[in-house]
Amino acid sequence: MSDHSRLEAVIAPGYTLTSVTDKIGDIVTKDPIRKGWVGGLFLGFIGLQLFLMTVLMLFEFGVGIWGINIPVGWGFDIINFVWWIGIGHAGTLISAILLLFRQDWRTSINRFAEAMTLFAVACAATFPLLHMGRPEVGFYWVAPIPNVMGMWPQFRSPLMWDVFAISTYGTVSLLFWIVGLIPDFATLRDHADKAWKRNIFGVFAMGWRGSAIHWGRYETIYLILAGLATPLVLSVHTIVSFDFAVAQVPGWHTTVFPPYFVAGAIYSGFAMVLTLMIPLRKFYKLEDFITMRHLNTMAKVMLTTGLIVAYGYLIEGFMGWYSGSVYERYMLLNRFIGPYAPYYYALLACNVLIPQCLWFRSCRRNIPLLFVMSLVINTGMWLERFIIIVTSLHRDFLPSSWGMYYPTIFDWSMFIGTMGLFFSLLFIFVRILPVISIFEMRVLLSEEAHKKSGGSHA
Amino acid sequence: MHKETAEPSVFGILAEFSSEKELLEAAAKVRDEGYKSTDAYSAYPIHGLLEALGKKDSLIPWFILACGLIGFASAWGLQVFVAVIDYPLNIGGRPLFSWPAFLPIVFELTVLFAAFGAVFGMIGFNGLPLPYHPLFNVEAFKSASRDGFFIGIESTDPKFDRAKTAQFLKGLKAKGVYEVEP
Amino acid sequence: MNETKLWKSLEEKAAITAGGAPKADSHDRFNPFSNDFLSRREFLEWSGGMAAVLGAAGCTRQPNEKMIPYTKAPERVIPGKPLFYASAMSLGGGSLGLLVESHMGRPTKIEGNPEHPTSMGATDPFAQASVMGMYDPDRSKVLIQNGQVTFWGNFSTQIAALMAMHRAKKGQGLRILTENVISPSLGAAIGELLKTMPEAAWHQYEPINRDNEIDGLKQAFGKSVTPWYDLKAAKVLVSFDSDLFGDLSGVRYSRDFAEGRAIATGKKDLNRFYALESQPTVTGSIADHRMPARVGDIESMAAALAQKLGLGVSGKPELNPEQRKWVDAIAEDVQANKGQSLFIAGRWQSPAVHSIAHALNASLGNTGKTVRYLPTIEIRADKNSDSIKSLVSAMGSDQVETLVILGGNPVFDAPADLGFVNALEKVKTRIHSGLYLDETGSKCQWHIPEAHYLESWSDLRAHNGVSTIVQPTIAPLYGGKTHLEVIAAIAGKGDKSSYDLVREYWKSQLGGDFETNWRKAVQDGVVEKSAGGGESVAVQGAANWKWTPNTGELDIQFRPDASVWDGRFANNGWLQETPRPLTKLTWDNAAVMSPNTATKYGLKNEMLVDLQVGEDKVRVPVWIQPGHCADAVTLHLGYGRRMAGRIGNQVGVDVYPLRPSTATWLRPGATIKATGSTYALACTQSHQNMEGREIVRHATLATFLGNPTFAQHHEHLPKNVQGLDVGTAGGEYAPKAEADYQWGMVVNLGSCTGCNACVVACQAENNIPIVGKTEVTRGREMNWLRIDRYYEGDGENPVAHHQPVACVHCETAPCEVVCPVGATVHDNEGLNNMVYNRCVGTKYCSNNCPYKVRHFNFFEYSDMTTPQLKLGRNPDVTVRSRGVMEKCTYCVQRISAARIEAKSENRKIRDGEVKTACQTACPTQSIVFGDISDPNSQVSKLKEASLNYSLLGELNTKPRTTYLAKVSNPNPKLEAKQPEQGAHHE
Repeated sequence: MSDHSRLEAVIAPGYTLTSVTDKIGDIVTKDPIRKGWVGGLFLGFIGLQLFLMTVLMLFEFGVGIWGINIPVGWGFDIINFVWWIGIGHAGTLISAILLLFRQDWRTSINRFAEAMTLFAVACAATFPLLHMGRPEVGFYWVAPIPNVMGMWPQFRSPLMWDVFAISTYGTVSLLFWIVGLIPDFATLRDHADKAWKRNIFGVFAMGWRGSAIHWGRYETIYLILAGLATPLVLSVHTIVSFDFAVAQVPGWHTTVFPPYFVAGAIYSGFAMVLTLMIPLRKFYKLEDFITMRHLNTMAKVMLTTGLIVAYGYLIEGFMGWYSGSVYERYMLLNRFIGPYAPYYYALLACNVLIPQCLWFRSCRRNIPLLFVMSLVINTGMWLERFIIIVTSLHRDFLPSSWGMYYPTIFDWSMFIGTMGLFFSLLFIFVRILPVISIFEMRVLLSEEAHKKSGGSHA
Repeated sequence: MHKETAEPSVFGILAEFSSEKELLEAAAKVRDEGYKSTDAYSAYPIHGLLEALGKKDSLIPWFILACGLIGFASAWGLQVFVAVIDYPLNIGGRPLFSWPAFLPIVFELTVLFAAFGAVFGMIGFNGLPLPYHPLFNVEAFKSASRDGFFIGIESTDPKFDRAKTAQFLKGLKAKGVYEVEP
Repeated sequence: MNETKLWKSLEEKAAITAGGAPKADSHDRFNPFSNDFLSRREFLEWSGGMAAVLGAAGCTRQPNEKMIPYTKAPERVIPGKPLFYASAMSLGGGSLGLLVESHMGRPTKIEGNPEHPTSMGATDPFAQASVMGMYDPDRSKVLIQNGQVTFWGNFSTQIAALMAMHRAKKGQGLRILTENVISPSLGAAIGELLKTMPEAAWHQYEPINRDNEIDGLKQAFGKSVTPWYDLKAAKVLVSFDSDLFGDLSGVRYSRDFAEGRAIATGKKDLNRFYALESQPTVTGSIADHRMPARVGDIESMAAALAQKLGLGVSGKPELNPEQRKWVDAIAEDVQANKGQSLFIAGRWQSPAVHSIAHALNASLGNTGKTVRYLPTIEIRADKNSDSIKSLVSAMGSDQVETLVILGGNPVFDAPADLGFVNALEKVKTRIHSGLYLDETGSKCQWHIPEAHYLESWSDLRAHNGVSTIVQPTIAPLYGGKTHLEVIAAIAGKGDKSSYDLVREYWKSQLGGDFETNWRKAVQDGVVEKSAGGGESVAVQGAANWKWTPNTGELDIQFRPDASVWDGRFANNGWLQETPRPLTKLTWDNAAVMSPNTATKYGLKNEMLVDLQVGEDKVRVPVWIQPGHCADAVTLHLGYGRRMAGRIGNQVGVDVYPLRPSTATWLRPGATIKATGSTYALACTQSHQNMEGREIVRHATLATFLGNPTFAQHHEHLPKNVQGLDVGTAGGEYAPKAEADYQWGMVVNLGSCTGCNACVVACQAENNIPIVGKTEVTRGREMNWLRIDRYYEGDGENPVAHHQPVACVHCETAPCEVVCPVGATVHDNEGLNNMVYNRCVGTKYCSNNCPYKVRHFNFFEYSDMTTPQLKLGRNPDVTVRSRGVMEKCTYCVQRISAARIEAKSENRKIRDGEVKTACQTACPTQSIVFGDISDPNSQVSKLKEASLNYSLLGELNTKPRTTYLAKVSNPNPKLEAKQPEQGAHHE
């Protein structure tokens, strides 16, 4: 591609600071409430109610309403937890790591991706809490607070690491997101149509006035935050993978887990971004900002991470065989021909086989196909967690204790319920906040201007 | 000072420019003219603008580092205190000070504290939140959060002279020059 | 209350609730609502109401302390410190001597009485569960006349009048029906009654009786006696389809058998056991040679053996080569061990086989050595089938005006062809005394709640003739009356208490200073010199014994159930949820058959089939059982109760309708037809194969002698982590803890019969809740101690291995490291403690436990509402609530008790002073617990044995519980079928 067209690709030509500001800002300030949006929010809301009902049942009768048992002590609860957390990786990755790598194409998607991250983390965070037999006390007994019982948590447990990793990740992502929003709040403060809107945005803008000195500090810490968030993103799923890798269950106790969990996380994260971005850009006519180049690049990232994941499966298999341990070998065999084998093959199809078509540009630029692909990959990643958790647990060391796992309707309602939570938050977000970082789009424009005038070929 | 008692005092004088390029040139001139308490305003960060104004501020990184270290120390402190001193239990035959198991939390807390330092440091150093600021009295300043470029010289500047400074700024091909009531 | 309503509506949605009549729905296990634990809660609401109704008469809600006023309480009662009382429990014409543990006047736990010949300190599951049986809230609580609540006073006055009438007619029209009576005092009382009323008659019936044995002995010796075996003296044992170890007195027999193969303690000349079995039993599962054979084939083999050993048995038995080989090998073996061999016939074998067995014992000079003959254990040995037949015909021909039924449940379990119920209706006055207002009680005008044995004074005879005084440890919870008291009332003795009655009887028996002897007898639980002399027997005319080979395509075999026996324990949740020894089924009976037979009829597990013989038909789910004989289906009795109680009603299928008086144990000529529908069975172990893992390690004696350390060649660990560093709970890295004791356990797989005594004992000791069938099908059973059962070899006749597995208390416990709140931690004595109050229920520990011995309260399983159940709990053990993990604690409460004792006497705890519940219950003493830091403790010595190995030791979990590999002693002549596991691993 020629340099020129590459630049064009990030944002359509002919935009000025003013028009960018208005086009994005107006979605929040001027755009009327539309049927599509209401319908979407309503569906999300229904799901949210389903979630709350399930939680009610859970507190009334206990985790027995789920399909879990001995030996399969973790089921949909932890599967969904890992799945959501994985999805929650795209946002911070895009905004932090791609910032450090100076990827200009991140600009128009990072705000949205970060929001998605926050909501996914919110969904994920419900599971570690609710999967406990006694959440009513568990939620604070895992916190290191001095208490009358003189009890402390046990820091050698990966679950404790989880507690810290997830909460840190959630907090830092939130801070990162809010910091990014401050200048846009200022914009909305000055340009919202109604006084009450101006006031609300004014409060959040905290009196930001675009001072060069402020911008100076702002950019410094934004860069440092990115520097901090980068290892954080990588650490979170690493630590989640420790939940399994540190245990000694065949199929869990694997050194390849951290990298391949992280890759998987990015894989599913990008897939989810696509799933949401493709309808969104159409609905709000943002094709000029979220261009074919974005989709194309994200497809490439998925292809890469997908290959890493595939490598993970390969090594898992190889090590199982190479270990020479009867338990590891049986675990493998059980995946290939055990009762849950169909899911394993479905997983391979979704995560390894089908995504290979992303090698072809024609596929990467076929939007409907990309959308379908993103759904397939998300399914595949969910199946991966199912395989890792259930097939490893249900047949471990002593054949006498082998068993099966069958989800109940409450497992499903919990899963669908969290989706409801996710989409409710998402729909509200796109209405009340700019889905694209306005000030960063301005930066993008000015950089373009420089490159044009300078004619420098980056 | 006594001068200002005569006529209504001003917070400073604000000049608007039509493009990033002009703003940078103007900023440089303002600096060369020797104005100290100046500031520029724009809807997005502009590289080189601070240099052009001759301002430099590199305190924040150190602040963040300090916060990070506090996080690091408190993570170790907490875990060692709990696992070794206050609540020494035989957990699966592992040593009390099983430090490798403590690393994840040490890392997480370091990052957490540093991140807090960064965000609240920025907000604090910038003197935010600031509900009122004289600049907002200038109608044209609205565009500072959209597409406007401004340079402001405050009355506290020793070289500040209401007429002269305004003149000087007009000389910089400013789109408009406004007095800012306090 | 609305919660109940909610669950009612949910229950309606449920496809099937556990214990429901067989419905064609195998999906109930996926149905979150079909959860009988919840339906149980619903029932409890109802029971509360009922208790209120009965409040006037019943005393279910009264605190127990009121029931034993402290004035009457035995001295030396120290609050919190249990006392033990010697007693005995009777079952099916046998008795087991016990010690009853009583907390503040509440019996909470049963132990065996070391003094007692049938117990030797061990127990069986029935005895262990009898505590639950006593507190059962469903027991009948009031005396009932024609459906109306009434009082004992009314009864005794009205009965007096009635008896006056009978006495006038010399007792004509009066009949008494009891179970086989082995209580001397009761027998004497009935005898007296009959003296005063010669025209009256006494009948005895139990569905599980020894009719065949009685006939066999009559054939052999011309008189009825009771054989008493001495397995210690036996070198070669041959069982003709006998469930020696699972049956009455099996506790004692398995103990003696185990002593015959105590190889871990250096014994080299093991006994040898040949078992011919029509269906797998715990007995066959530890035999050195086991052959599944149809009842008829076993008969033929017995006959052939008899002929080979020179008994003049007529006829020409046809044997296949394999059977022939067996006969030859056995014949040779027993001849080489004259006087040290023993033939035993099972109660379901024909009289012929019994007589042959006894004749063989006689001819091989075993009589007086390995078997002694004693006066019948029953006060009067009746052939039950004849006895009940005569009763029914008498009732049918209106000769019975008054029928007194003491115990038993004939309406439910009398032979189907007799039409007992119709005949019963013809009796004018029907009086029933039983623990439950059951099928029989509901058909009688009078129902008298019976006092449980833990509530009553009585006496019982044991198989070797020794008598025991049964003493109560609690006043009758529901104001029950003993049979003795009922008979006394009938005999016009007024309202004498059974205490007086029993003393009266023994005054006449115990010579010398009665009070001292009485006190001693009651205290020891054994009456001295009550055994009585042996009977001299002489074999007569073997030649004309008839033996019948197989007839017909398919046999139906009736067998007592390992959990409900003949149905009397149907309402005992502990027993219902105890996995049956080999099938591992809970909460159901099934049509048990061999794999080949199943294929032959195209059947699979859980298929519902119609079993039909002539007109009689039952619908049962199929269960395929390796090692079952071909062309036969085994049905276990006692299920499908209609009025057992809330737990036992409609559990399983009632198969008595298939069981006529003509075919008590074997009904040939059956047809089997699949109905096309299925029925979910709750099996606790779905996988039978060890998958080539070194889980149960075993070898033959020959291999062992050649390679004594065969069991220890399996763990491949780096040197530095091998073995168990005693004294440092937690291995090389752990903080070195100063501790006086390091607890550990050894389980001897060589002698474990898988009898389940330990499982129920653990449940009783540790307040383990039951969860109900649906929860079991969902893999949520709570038993801390489970007995894993693996098969090896040919599916038609596999080698079975039993392996009790509870928490093995790893030094480097995987569960502890992963608990986020430190709810499971190690103590300095090496126990892996579970802190229930701290547990938040992440289930991570269970996931990471390679032994899967942790159990989780997915719901509020413990019954927190029923008052009686609260009384029965062990006050030293926490009752766990919803959402917490639980597991074996090595009976830490017993350790603490011993520690307190020792401290107060300011000494160390002695070896053997702390015995875990499973250990004390184990009939074969396969479980040994103690301080492994003391080199002289029994457990340390056993851990020294070359057979000692760690289960999954290669994971470096360093378990404190280790296992002794199994060593069998097959006859080289019959090449061992079992895979030579030991041999592979040189």
